[in-house]
Amino acid sequence: MNRRTLLKSSALAAVASFALLGTAFAENPVLKIGFVGVTSGPAAAWGTSNQRSMETRADWINETGGYDIGGTKYNIEIVPFDDQKDPKRAIAGMEQMAQAGIHYVVGPNVDDGAAAVRPVAEQNGIMYFPYAFPKELYTAPASNAVLGMVANYQSGPAIYKYLMEKNGIKKVAFVAANESDPLSQRDSGSAAAKALGLEVVSDTVTYQVDTTDFTPVLTPVIQAAPDLLVLSGVSPANAPQLIRSAREMGYTGLISTETAQDAAVLQEGAGELANGFISVGGASTPELASDMMKEFVTRYTAKFGEYNDESNTKVYALEYILATIAADPAAIDNVDAFKAKMDTFSAPNPYMKGDAVMQYVGTTSFGQKRQVSVPLVVNEFKDGAFQTMFVAQVD
Amino acid sequence: MEQIIANGLYLGAQYALIALGLTLIFSLMNVLNFAHGQMFVFGGFVTYTVVAKAGLPFVVGLVASAVILAAMGAVAEVFLFRPVIKRSKRDESTMLLAAGVAFFLDAVILLLFGEKQRGVPKILNGVFNWDMRIIMPYDRIFIGFLAVALIVAFIAFMQYSRTGRAMRALAQDRTAAQLMGVDVDRYSMIGFALGAMLAGLVGGLLVAVTGINLGMGGPTSVKAFMMIMIGGAGVISGAIAGGFILGMMESVGLTLLSAYGDITYLVIFASLMVFLAFRPQGLMGKPWG
Repeated sequence: MNRRTLLKSSALAAVASFALLGTAFAENPVLKIGFVGVTSGPAAAWGTSNQRSMETRADWINETGGYDIGGTKYNIEIVPFDDQKDPKRAIAGMEQMAQAGIHYVVGPNVDDGAAAVRPVAEQNGIMYFPYAFPKELYTAPASNAVLGMVANYQSGPAIYKYLMEKNGIKKVAFVAANESDPLSQRDSGSAAAKALGLEVVSDTVTYQVDTTDFTPVLTPVIQAAPDLLVLSGVSPANAPQLIRSAREMGYTGLISTETAQDAAVLQEGAGELANGFISVGGASTPELASDMMKEFVTRYTAKFGEYNDESNTKVYALEYILATIAADPAAIDNVDAFKAKMDTFSAPNPYMKGDAVMQYVGTTSFGQKRQVSVPLVVNEFKDGAFQTMFVAQVD
Repeated sequence: MEQIIANGLYLGAQYALIALGLTLIFSLMNVLNFAHGQMFVFGGFVTYTVVAKAGLPFVVGLVASAVILAAMGAVAEVFLFRPVIKRSKRDESTMLLAAGVAFFLDAVILLLFGEKQRGVPKILNGVFNWDMRIIMPYDRIFIGFLAVALIVAFIAFMQYSRTGRAMRALAQDRTAAQLMGVDVDRYSMIGFALGAMLAGLVGGLLVAVTGINLGMGGPTSVKAFMMIMIGGAGVISGAIAGGFILGMMESVGLTLLSAYGDITYLVIFASLMVFLAFRPQGLMGKPWG
């Protein structure tokens, strides 16, 4: 083969491969799913784990030929928008989704953002999956929001009750950041603890999210000598610092939170002082994770360099959206069909071992099915990893 | 009470070191460096990478933070702030540039180091406990003393070195210093590098105690501005005083006002407003700038 023939063959092969590639892309229509959440600033970890979970899963689906909806394979495209934890920007993000013809959006991550986007979502026929807890978002007449995780008023009482029975706790203290989400979680947690008969010895201490030394913050709390210290709505950035400060001040009781945490962050920030810390997680512990969950973690790690344990919960929203649309293909651009399907929807949970199912729940808390059923997995941190304490289901 | 004072002194030492870099840059160039907090965060992540990822000693991480941030500051001064200062007479041009640098650094930090909270293993184990009156982990005491030592070293450098004297001359009267033969461009670059280096050093120190995350930059800048407003913008001793005053106010407020909710910063901000109404130049600043 002379040089000219080689060049011609190479050019032909390149043109042919581009043409084939183009055909392959052209074969699958694209289904756009939006994400409106916080991916910058102090709470960036919450939204980033959301967005990266969605992108990892979308790549995986696209790589394996697309998602089957009504006999048609769709490629999934994630359209992200950073709302910077600002309700005004969240509204702008949701409007952008509406203009792009998107009907399904994951987010926002916080209470005020989720409340702010409600009119835009309802007017433009968008179903959205917030990680925010206000009940009015999910209670009629609201109908377009679907809670993407277990709320603290669902997980908190389960944890307190478990610890009362197993560890005999009697006194509890709450500490929260001075922001709307942690404060509302503190209030509902405190009310739930009182309802269970626990003595709340402190629930007024708060802190700024940018605090660099928690010793002054925790001094009055530790002096109240609680059996359980609840870090209400604590961000993964603050959790290790609070745990470390409490332990260094000699606190020996239990510490818990109802938010998801990351084992690597706890290990780096608090080391063995974080042993025994109780938090709510997803389904990645070895006892629960299916092969698909393990592959998701592998793909996420390969794509972004490091896995985030918060994604154990956040992997679910996109899966629920796609599976529900697949169950009734009319829902692809009709959220009324989606809402109708939610009442009867049921599909195997691909991320958990055994016969766990995906279904919509929330009737007890909201009077209608407006919550994804993710397992309430309560974890205990031990030597750099989470161990499952107990598993429960909402509703 | 002893615990409150100890907490306040520890907080004050780290705050003063943060404020020093900011006030140095302001005094030399009249630039409000909104990216100071992001430089602090960047320095923390550099130390984290050197210590936790590369497995090198903590002191190497600190040196790396100092060197990299000094280089970053010098580059920012030469290629960004210097041309803008020369071409624009409006102060807001450099303010907008600094805000732009802050956003840029936020994005770079996210790309390079990710969104997670990071920390390095404790550099000292154990807790100092004086009869339950003062409880303070040894690593915190060590970092506090290190911060004070750095402040003393900085003051000595500014007071006794040729470079420090040149920078002080620049800060007092730029034109007069120029007429006396001070190389304004050179010392402005050194001053900016030194300011950024101090921010990086504090980030490196704190990553061992409280850790570091992407979102700490903005709030750190705000606190640093508060400190130099209290002490007097552009005055070294004012920045130190502002840092210790803010640290002490936080410590007292968080302990004594905790029963009333998080009103500590409300009280601090309200006090600052009243204070500035009576003394806008701060404790040690001059009314004419």
